Amino acid sequence: MSETLLLTGGRVVDPSQELDGVRDVLLVDGEVARVAPSVQAPEHARVLDCDGLVVTPGLIDVHVHLREPGEEHKETIASGARAAAAGGFTAVCAMPNTEPPIDNPAAVGFVAAEGRRAGAARVYPVGCISVDRAGKRLALIGEMVEAGAVAVTDDGNPVMNSGLMKLALQYTQAFGIPVADHPEDLTLSAGGHMNAGIVSTRLGLPGKPNAAEDIHIVRDLLLAETTGGHIHLQHVSTRFGVESIRQAKARGVRVTAEASPHHLILTEEAVEGYRTEAKMNPPLRTAEDREAVRAGVADGTLDTIATDHAPHHYDEKEAAFTDAPNGIVGLETALGLILTHVVGEGILDLPTMVERMSCQPARAFHLPGGTLAEGAPADVTVFDPVARWTVDSNAFRSRSHNQPFEGWELTGRPSYTVVGGRVVWER
Amino acid sequence: MSETAPSLGKDLVGLESLGREELTAILDTAEPFKEISERRIKKVPVLRGKTIVNLFFEPSTRTRISFEFAEKRLSADTVNISSTGSSVTKGETLVDTARNLEAMRIDMVVMRHGASGAARFLADRIPSNVVNAGDGRHEHPTQGLLDILTIRDNLGTLEGVKVCIVGDVVHSRVARSNIYGLLTLGAEVAVCGPPTLVPGSFRELGVEVFQHVEDAIQWADVLNILRLQLERMEAGYVPSLREYNRIWGVSTERLEKAPHDLLILHPGPMNRGVEIDSDVADGEHSVILDQVTNGVAVRMAVLYLLAGGRPEKAEAAKKGGGPS
Repeated sequence: MSETLLLTGGRVVDPSQELDGVRDVLLVDGEVARVAPSVQAPEHARVLDCDGLVVTPGLIDVHVHLREPGEEHKETIASGARAAAAGGFTAVCAMPNTEPPIDNPAAVGFVAAEGRRAGAARVYPVGCISVDRAGKRLALIGEMVEAGAVAVTDDGNPVMNSGLMKLALQYTQAFGIPVADHPEDLTLSAGGHMNAGIVSTRLGLPGKPNAAEDIHIVRDLLLAETTGGHIHLQHVSTRFGVESIRQAKARGVRVTAEASPHHLILTEEAVEGYRTEAKMNPPLRTAEDREAVRAGVADGTLDTIATDHAPHHYDEKEAAFTDAPNGIVGLETALGLILTHVVGEGILDLPTMVERMSCQPARAFHLPGGTLAEGAPADVTVFDPVARWTVDSNAFRSRSHNQPFEGWELTGRPSYTVVGGRVVWER
Repeated sequence: MSETAPSLGKDLVGLESLGREELTAILDTAEPFKEISERRIKKVPVLRGKTIVNLFFEPSTRTRISFEFAEKRLSADTVNISSTGSSVTKGETLVDTARNLEAMRIDMVVMRHGASGAARFLADRIPSNVVNAGDGRHEHPTQGLLDILTIRDNLGTLEGVKVCIVGDVVHSRVARSNIYGLLTLGAEVAVCGPPTLVPGSFRELGVEVFQHVEDAIQWADVLNILRLQLERMEAGYVPSLREYNRIWGVSTERLEKAPHDLLILHPGPMNRGVEIDSDVADGEHSVILDQVTNGVAVRMAVLYLLAGGRPEKAEAAKKGGGPS
């Protein structure tokens, strides 16, 4: 049951209402009841003193891999939902590249049910575009939406068949959901394990060129433009990709796009020494690309920050670079990394960060939340903007520890995560 | 060589991280070791009591044999482990292999592996000395060293010498080790071959890039001609071996147009009639067999130095006694 909660004296930052000031926030029966300079605590209310803390609409991560079903040794829906809550996220969108993949309504229902059972962050299922993620024919998209899918993607298997992508962008318009794409032309990136560039040449590692990503971004933008469908471009990492999206948005194309914390913060140099914990797809790229991703997040070309949380068992990452799988976990470091290295370095101000991590993800995927307007779901993130801490993956709630930020000193971390009026995590 | 010649550290993973003094120390140490192989009794007790594992995850004949001779002529106890499949397909991970070796208290591991970075990976995880005998397309440092030693022997210097590496550079660990070592030692380096195998991005390493072997021959003092793997043709990098030979093959006819004689190296094994014509391979400027001889000496030098030997004592070590 949800309790009655009163969050007192925090700096409430809610761009959906253009609100940035000290307010009390009253949550009753799972909804936001009141946001005002001073709210009298009702009887039986639990009062959380938020003096010195920041109170925002709950953070939403539209791109996580929870690995269940099939790879529960890496993550489960429950452990992922708890990791999300510990990272300050009140909702996540679970990618369908599980084993078996989430390509039918029963599988979607399983993810939704396991998410509810976890009782931590909300878990929204994302379905596959194509049956078995094989890129051949459309999956049961309508029935998956009825079962709770909020988007479709073949993430991990880019849709190489442009005709199928066009069909998906047309068909999904009947259900009002975005088609999310991992933009990568596999014929250009084949065999690659990191960014194609000076570091890959030196290390003798086969590279993935920017062009592999750029070509699919441009293709997807053209298809969205001609069909009128909604394309959501995942983890954009290239300067040409950012510029192409900027131009498409100016033309009115229905496109939303993500940046991930690691592409905002790191470059290909993090791979030096064959560090598998810095191996992901798309790969870390050059400083010039990173600057473009930062500029894209700053001007809203990249409207959403999403982690691409990708758990892997430590055995798999403890391998030669070309044998190690792609991906890093991000749910429990994202807020601290963004506060320290994106907000802290003046790339975004705090309200814009909340816009990119809460308001816009909710709008793009048509999710409840992303606002503290009265009557909205009582999903709230409270964080301490000045707390200093050191990344220690042994303290993660996630089952996996693979990430390149171990030992980093960060400033800012979550204090309370409230979902549906219930405190699901507190420090 | 100076009394303060630097130590190599624990491992030899690649030439990129070595400075001029370290590279020179290895080359200078190899010189006195050459003579051991000319003796009737080809054995000195420098590494007596040391155990060395030659761990080969990729097929190799000449590199493995060369290391084995180097080890045996230094009186080390050696074990050869060959696995045609990768460690992963075999079921055991590289980290488990490393831990097993550590548990057996091996002094040195010489490893060849198909994955770039595998040597660094192993070196970071075991206390034994690790010598990289080739990791993926990353480095093959002892091959680079023996190529460089052969050039120095024949031309007397490396300073300002123009070396062009011809062939499948992008997939070549030999090319990378040569590039790093030669540039550090003051040589000029170029690479030449079809742009599918020699992308222009190599310029970022500080080398010239030639698309036509005729241009390379005009420019160079030394050609180091790489083997063209048959699988490159199958993967579509070049349309046919015949076309490769016609356009990039090194022939006497092409060499005759050079302004002066060129020294010819090839790390082997050769595809005669593909990347190199027989009359070039067997010609008077070919030092391909010198490379093989030098390979044993260079590997003796590397093993000696990693075991703690001092370059200035190599001459004395030949006569008996351990590395320190």
